[in-house]
Amino acid sequence: MTGLSVIQPGIFSLPQDSGRFGQHAVGLTTGGPLDSNAFRWANRLCGNAPEATAIEVTIGGLVLESTVQTCIALTGADIPLTINKKPAALWQSHAINPGDRIELGFATAGSRGYLAVAGGFHIDPIFNSASTVPREALGGLTQDGTALQTGQLLPCETVKDSRNCQAVPRHLVPDYGNNSALLRVVLGYQQEAFSNLQKQLFFTSQYVVTESSDRMGYRLKGSKITPSIEGILSEGICLGAIQMPADGQPIVLLNDRQTIGGYPKLGSVLSLDIGKLAQLMPGGTVRFEAISVEQAHNFLALDQHQFLNASLERSPERKVKTSLERKIKSIKP
Amino acid sequence: MSSPQQTISVAGENSLIVYFGDKPGAAIASQVAQTAQQLRESLSQVLIDLIPSYASLLVIYNPLQTDHNAVRKSIRQALSHLTDDAISESNKAQGSLVSLPVYYSTESGPDLQALADGAGLTTEQVIAIHQQTEYRVYAIGFAPGFAYLGEVDPRIAAPRLATPRQKVPRGAVAIADRQTAVYPAQSPGGWNLIGLCPQRMFDPNANPTMPVQVGDRVRFEGIDKQTFLDLGGEL
Repeated sequence: MTGLSVIQPGIFSLPQDSGRFGQHAVGLTTGGPLDSNAFRWANRLCGNAPEATAIEVTIGGLVLESTVQTCIALTGADIPLTINKKPAALWQSHAINPGDRIELGFATAGSRGYLAVAGGFHIDPIFNSASTVPREALGGLTQDGTALQTGQLLPCETVKDSRNCQAVPRHLVPDYGNNSALLRVVLGYQQEAFSNLQKQLFFTSQYVVTESSDRMGYRLKGSKITPSIEGILSEGICLGAIQMPADGQPIVLLNDRQTIGGYPKLGSVLSLDIGKLAQLMPGGTVRFEAISVEQAHNFLALDQHQFLNASLERSPERKVKTSLERKIKSIKP
Repeated sequence: MSSPQQTISVAGENSLIVYFGDKPGAAIASQVAQTAQQLRESLSQVLIDLIPSYASLLVIYNPLQTDHNAVRKSIRQALSHLTDDAISESNKAQGSLVSLPVYYSTESGPDLQALADGAGLTTEQVIAIHQQTEYRVYAIGFAPGFAYLGEVDPRIAAPRLATPRQKVPRGAVAIADRQTAVYPAQSPGGWNLIGLCPQRMFDPNANPTMPVQVGDRVRFEGIDKQTFLDLGGEL
């Protein structure tokens, strides 16, 4: 088998495709990339379908060695990338030869990087998805929800006609720099159990991301929000749902959320903003802004239009075959 | 016409939630299951997933292919069919009837004695009462394959443990308040354990993955230790 060997797995690296869908009836969550925008761009750079399996690298530290000729791309958080010890740009595709060493440092802004390879990683699906959900012990390389381990091989094929030196247009590369985000919210669920005063307090307050934030949900700290009801009959929870437990501190539920729950919910964060939230480190700050469901649909349609119609740009050459060419440094977009 | 207690609310950019009432029960469980079935057919192309629960149904659709108005219309149609064909029927038994074997004992159910003592019953009485009820699958969630069954006879209802266990074994049959369940996998848990079921409740390699779905009816059947072991049970 060919592929990329895991020399070091890094802090927390999980194979993810676009997610596990249609399995809520047996209690399975969706999983999938927290920053779906960075994920789809990584795949696009490698010429893949947008849902192809890539690696979600939290914070960094992943080191791989290739046994194939292919191309890779790293998007998402600002994680220093080197190929054979030479710095390589993010949001750009890079040709890879057998023996090449791909090293990721640690994030300086944002927290989730996405490493894609041409043709995607070939990982057997379970419940129609390769997505790794540690909480459910499902998916990933060994199908049991475990993160990457030293010595494993991430299977991928030789792609000779691989794309080199293509880059995401600069104006579409997100800035993860200031550890803060504005999150758009569609009001819904038990919103009527939140008085106008409580809603105003919520939408005018700044919340801080706490340490107890993970792929299941981001727990925030700030103004206490008190709905008029304490609990409800457990009901289905969608991506981004904002749940208000008894302590009044909101939890935004993410990809690995429980499928049903009984806390009152104010509404749900727009999916386009989930990635912005999930890129925040503890201590990062968020504010919320209410939008209508019609506005949400418009934002989604515009986003899809922009992605489908954007053209990749040619970036400065960075071939890997000769040492002379290796001296030409790629420029970080 | 849908009955007035059914309401449709926005949950998020791609989700609507249908509320069927305030209190769970067999009639509502049946309505939730039937509506889910209807929508699987009528929304098939644009449907991403459904989450049926006690008295609600979350409908998740693809907002790039449709919008919430069109989905609301499909939901209203499904609810109107419910009124025409089913509400009068819904108090009758619907959903498959599934029988689950249970080895009840203080050996396989470490909380059986305490539950009996708290209820002022013998362990034999607790075991008998647990088997008398035909339960309804109200919801599946918390963990893959975890089915919430209701309602437990009030005589053997018991609150959750003050300190949850770190490890509840796979197959543990448990009671919390007026709900009962079979733990589909080893996990932490605070329910009162009264026995073990040798049948897998969640098996990724089986088809179907679970022996029950929301809206089904469940009966428990007591078996002895030898039968439990013969059926593949582990102590």
